[in-house]
Amino acid sequence: MFDLIFNHPIIAALIGLGGLALVFGGILGFAAVKFKVEGDPIVEQIDSLLPQTQCGQCGHPGCRPYAEGIANGEAINKCPPGGQSTINAIASLLDVEAPSLDEEHGEEKELKTVAYIREDECIGCTKCIQACPVDAILGAAKQMHTVIIDECTGCDLCVEPCPVDCIDMIPIDQTVKDWYWEKPETGISTNIIATDREPYNDGQAA
Amino acid sequence: MTQPTSKPMLIKTYNIPGGIHPPENKVQSMQLPLGEIAIPNELVFPLNQHIGTPADPIVNVGDTVLAGEKIAEAVGGLSVPVHASTSGTISAIEDRVLPHTAGITGPCIVLTSDGQHKTIAYTEVKDYHSLQPSQLIEKIRDAGIAGLGGAGFPTAIKLNPSGGIEGQNTINTLILNGTECEPYITADDRLMQDYADDVVAGAELLAFILGSPQRVVIGIEDNKPNAIKAIQTAAQGSSVEVSVFPTKYPSGGEKQLIQILTGQEVASGTIPASLGIVVQNVGTAMAAYRAVRYGEPLTWRITTCVGEALHTQRNIKVLLGTPVQHMLSENGFNATQASRLIMGGPMMGFALPNTDVPIVKTTNCIIAPSQSEMPEPPPAQACIRCGLCAEACPASLLPQQLYWYAKAEEYERLQNHNLFDCIECGACSYVCPSAIPLVQYYRAAKGVIRYQEQEKIKSDHARQRFEFRKLRIERAEQEKEEKRQARKQAAEKAKRLAAEKKAAAAASGEADASKNTAQDAGADPVAAAIAKMQAKAQDPAAEKAKLERAVSSAQSRFEKLESRFIDAEEDQREKLEAQLKQAEVRLKDAKKNLSHFLEAQILETQIESTKPEKPKSPEKADSETNKLKPADEKSLDAAAAAIERAKAKSEAMASMSQEDKLKTQLASLEARVQKAREKLQKAEAEGSEHISAFRTGLEKMETKLATTQKELETLKESN
Repeated sequence: MFDLIFNHPIIAALIGLGGLALVFGGILGFAAVKFKVEGDPIVEQIDSLLPQTQCGQCGHPGCRPYAEGIANGEAINKCPPGGQSTINAIASLLDVEAPSLDEEHGEEKELKTVAYIREDECIGCTKCIQACPVDAILGAAKQMHTVIIDECTGCDLCVEPCPVDCIDMIPIDQTVKDWYWEKPETGISTNIIATDREPYNDGQAA
Repeated sequence: MTQPTSKPMLIKTYNIPGGIHPPENKVQSMQLPLGEIAIPNELVFPLNQHIGTPADPIVNVGDTVLAGEKIAEAVGGLSVPVHASTSGTISAIEDRVLPHTAGITGPCIVLTSDGQHKTIAYTEVKDYHSLQPSQLIEKIRDAGIAGLGGAGFPTAIKLNPSGGIEGQNTINTLILNGTECEPYITADDRLMQDYADDVVAGAELLAFILGSPQRVVIGIEDNKPNAIKAIQTAAQGSSVEVSVFPTKYPSGGEKQLIQILTGQEVASGTIPASLGIVVQNVGTAMAAYRAVRYGEPLTWRITTCVGEALHTQRNIKVLLGTPVQHMLSENGFNATQASRLIMGGPMMGFALPNTDVPIVKTTNCIIAPSQSEMPEPPPAQACIRCGLCAEACPASLLPQQLYWYAKAEEYERLQNHNLFDCIECGACSYVCPSAIPLVQYYRAAKGVIRYQEQEKIKSDHARQRFEFRKLRIERAEQEKEEKRQARKQAAEKAKRLAAEKKAAAAASGEADASKNTAQDAGADPVAAAIAKMQAKAQDPAAEKAKLERAVSSAQSRFEKLESRFIDAEEDQREKLEAQLKQAEVRLKDAKKNLSHFLEAQILETQIESTKPEKPKSPEKADSETNKLKPADEKSLDAAAAAIERAKAKSEAMASMSQEDKLKTQLASLEARVQKAREKLQKAEAEGSEHISAFRTGLEKMETKLATTQKELETLKESN
């Protein structure tokens, strides 16, 4: 052994390195089989960041196809329902610069809305039921349809197919449960000196 | 530990980190004894005065109720009922502005009082020891008691820490919170002085329900000597300890009080019950006692009315549901003096958007401060990283760090820095030399995080539904495809069988067939027509039956629709009318098909008879001729003649040149067009409903005529 190393250092080195390569190759090969990850984890991660309205405004039939598109290098600013916060989240996941929302695909809505069917006018054509991506509309042919508000993602897709135009998108009322404090204005006030300030009027008790 | 002591200072207390010493301002409201105000004309009871599911109204508009009557029932476990606090009539059940800083509306029951304040009969219990703890908890829940200290957590839930599981969260310490550490508020101070016996009895009751913990202690800050004295006197001879500790804000926080009295810290994300500790407000204990002993539901509470904009600053016994406006005017409110209106304390309370909101179970204080008393906070300046906030934080958090992250909206980092352990006491904002509204930032960040969590749950749900829908559609498609395949296979099989039959038949009559072919060589179209007829006549009886079925079904559908049309409502008529027309067309089609079929059959028989050389199987010919009705004889002849004509024509055509052929075609077309015109004119004259059909037929023929003419011309030119 030592003879070989001392007499033929090059061959010994080759044997040694080759042996190591084989061992590590074996370990890596084993690991690749044993710890194989099913599916594309990046698609899953992107999909979990998208708002799941399934509205198709990005040009894909649903959020998951768009996630796949992003994973294949598509622009990340095509999701109006998610808005800037979704873009930021995806940007930080993919470690890229966060662009602003591409207005071509629609504008970010200020208020969350849900579909509402004016039930007196519904003729029971089931067109909206077929259009709803999350099965949030209940009804049968020639029977009045109605929207399950809790399931509605506010995607708008049912409005267009309605032949009698009886679907409205109405903003969700805010309740005590989903209200939360607004962030204070972050800018440093310029009128620091008390006498510069506007007289206080808001909240004046009646 | 359990022996009564007259020297409370001997009980060891611990210190909490941080804390501040703001001006107490408790003297103003303690100058006068507990007051009472007139019953307002209208009381408003929000259905959600507690943490949890809103109660469900069990009264209707117009109902007359008595004081103490239940008007809304608890829904689910985390909920408490609502009771009328005086007698009167329910005037509305509608959305009213809630005591909330954003002025949000919510469902409320509105009661117009009759001024009599008649009470329902309460069921008293002289000795509650005879009842089971579960029965007592039910009584407390039924009395609508939720934490009166400010949070409004349903008391019954806190009194059942094991959650029904034997041996879980065994309680070893019951703490009654009489700390009242926030400035201005003196409601509990007044309560402990005026209702000391009820408070101590409440402590004993709660201890009994909780399985007699080793230690029952009432914790009071040392700035309330009169309350301490009163409670000590009441607790004389009982197992209730009275623990007094130095005043510091926020000692009254649940977790802070536990640390002061026991030295233990409640771990992040856990509840005190996991340490075997339950904390209840002194007011809650008293309300629980009164609910059990006297059967009295929660219909009133003690609220502090304080602030320089009020003529009378004092504590009042106020009926729940009393509008703040009424309470203020009863205490001489001067609106011009008030800078704002605060519900709760100056540290943790919130500004009220208007004065129409009612006093609810958690309203311990209303402050109407003057401009000089509570000036507008100075504008926020840049953080100078002095670190005072970290020193003041009672939860040992890093307020400065949280501030940066909240400002940058880095929510994950905020959670890693334990934002949710912040009790929003406001100590950091109080000490901040730059007047940064730190707590505002934390509240906003908490709100956003909670909102995002909710959205996440919702979006996960939506994804699930979306994927399920996709799956369902795929499955339906697959099923359709399978059915289609099955049908295709069946059709192929039938075709194969038919082909085999035909082959067999062909083998038997090959020689005749070849003769037939020779005979029909010059008349291809006729041969094709005959072949088609023959194919159809494979099973003429079945074919006929099928067509007849079609006619009868179309007929019945038409009749049904007609009767429905007659019965239908005006607005449905249009729709039905369309359907009716469709059915009519279908019926006509079916009838036409049947008559065509019959004609074709006749034709075939005729053809066969005109070909004497073709051998006929005698029974077939018999059956077919038998079917022909005598009335059809004439048409039979006509058909035969037509076929003859066609044959002759095609033979002649075959011998003609291309040009001659076209000429003949043109001539015949012209004749047909002429005929069609005549028909149309006749139809128009008669006002027939088929005018349009005639017209389109004529137009088609005319175009055909034109193309034939053109063809002829081009042919001529080329010649």
